[in-house]
Amino acid sequence: MNFFKQAGRNIRRSPYQAIAAVLIMMLTFLVVSFFTFILVGSSKIISYFESKPQVTAFFKNEAKQSDIDSLKEKLQATGEISSIKFVSKEEALKIYKEQNKDDPLLLDLVTADVLPSSFEISTNKIEDLSPVSDTLKKSSIVSDVVFQKDVVSTLASWTNAIRKIGVVLIVLLSLVSIFIMVTIIGIKISQRREDIEIMRLIGAGGWYIRWPFIFEGIFYGVVGALLGWAIASGVLVWATPFLESFLKGIPILPVPIVFYLALLGIELLLAVLLGAFSSFLAVLRYLK
Amino acid sequence: MIKLDNVSKKFATGVYGLSSVNLDIDKGEFVFLIGPTGSGKTTIFRLLTREMLPTEGNIMVNEMDVVNLPNSKIPHLRKNIGVIFQDLKLLFDRTISENIMLPLEVAGVKTEEAKNKVQEVLEQVGLKDHQDKFPIQLSGGELQRAAIARALVLSPDILLADEPTGNLDPATSWEIVNLLMEINKKGTTIVMATHNADIVKSLSRRVVELEKGKVAKDTKRKDKKEKEEVKEKEEVKEKDLKEEKEPKEEKEHKEEKKDKDEKGEEKE
Repeated sequence: MNFFKQAGRNIRRSPYQAIAAVLIMMLTFLVVSFFTFILVGSSKIISYFESKPQVTAFFKNEAKQSDIDSLKEKLQATGEISSIKFVSKEEALKIYKEQNKDDPLLLDLVTADVLPSSFEISTNKIEDLSPVSDTLKKSSIVSDVVFQKDVVSTLASWTNAIRKIGVVLIVLLSLVSIFIMVTIIGIKISQRREDIEIMRLIGAGGWYIRWPFIFEGIFYGVVGALLGWAIASGVLVWATPFLESFLKGIPILPVPIVFYLALLGIELLLAVLLGAFSSFLAVLRYLK
Repeated sequence: MIKLDNVSKKFATGVYGLSSVNLDIDKGEFVFLIGPTGSGKTTIFRLLTREMLPTEGNIMVNEMDVVNLPNSKIPHLRKNIGVIFQDLKLLFDRTISENIMLPLEVAGVKTEEAKNKVQEVLEQVGLKDHQDKFPIQLSGGELQRAAIARALVLSPDILLADEPTGNLDPATSWEIVNLLMEINKKGTTIVMATHNADIVKSLSRRVVELEKGKVAKDTKRKDKKEKEEVKEKEEVKEKDLKEEKEPKEEKEHKEEKKDKDEKGEEKE
């Protein structure tokens, strides 16, 4: 208990240093939170696209059901297909009507005959899209093949780049916060050198002197993590309506509260480790 | 209780702070350590608390081998010795009672028990009314009392007082000395370094005088010497008495023998 009291006294005694330490920790955890949101969000978007029909093959009007069935069997035999769905002309009309329900003029002009029947095919791997698409193109009953390979691969490469930038930024910021914390705790130790000497002279052991500084580091880490998390989560909650309209149809928002809490838990754990590690380094360096 | 055996301390500058000092202080003694500035008084205190190590020699405090004490045991040694530092070394951002509480906190005494002990010591040094004040709000004598209280709070066996009356007026100095005498009466061994000749002269206590790092005078040794001399004289006296007695007895014996011989001759 005394260690907490002493740590509290240390913090109160030099508020500007405490603010600097909390701010750098906050910045680190703000970036950690934002990148977690971006990475989790983009990987969800990718998996959404990956789970959606990736290849759509439209059949010619003269295509017979038997030809369609044999093509289906042929595709399934490759083992690359995770799902294959036949959309009849009537179903296509239904989808069309649903998509354009606000525009009666468009609805009037279209009948089931106009719309082609199609296959909506998902593959197990994104690499299998090309061979599947080639097979479809070669088929005489297929008029057109559309696949989302480009969308997904662009998104995947973006996510990859963001992940790399995120990792580099988080590592850099963590290093910066460790060094700043070591410096701040070091300054505090130097300021208290006389007090520490007095405590030693009246019989204080090494850890009696070290613990308050370690708790101080943990405190900065925890407060910084709480602030960083709160700001990032607040911004995400605030932006949810805009993002929802932007990511129309992709069901990743609103983010469940469990996700926020899990992130907070992980960040607090990281903060304790980061704070304790930084102050331990400072204590080793300045309290020999 | 305290034993310095041929202790020397050479500083990095090459100057000897102490050279071949032998000192033996018994339990319950009150010893004045006197000598000019730089004579080695504070060095002895710093050696006793393992603030520094001697260049050579052995130091025993409370049956602890101070020189070979492992670092982990230093706090234990220091908890056994109360020190009133020359510059007091009070923490200025803590109240008087918090300052006095510090050694108890360090020793891991429970808060309630520690509070009671602090009250007891505050009562003893007469600072109860000032317990919530900060050091900057107290006078020199009061600060000195606070430093004494902090040194006393763990009930140490030994109290080292480094010029506790250094900056005080004569009346306050006497108050502090009387307080130390009272503490000594309760069985605490006290070593007090001082320049105050009046106090040393007025109190007939053992005086160890240091000069250039050497023990120039030790009244205990003198006492011992005097006692030995007295003993020797007494022994010599006894011997003389014996010798005086012996010849008389021999003379009488010889005369008796002579009488007997003469009588025998007459008979023949």
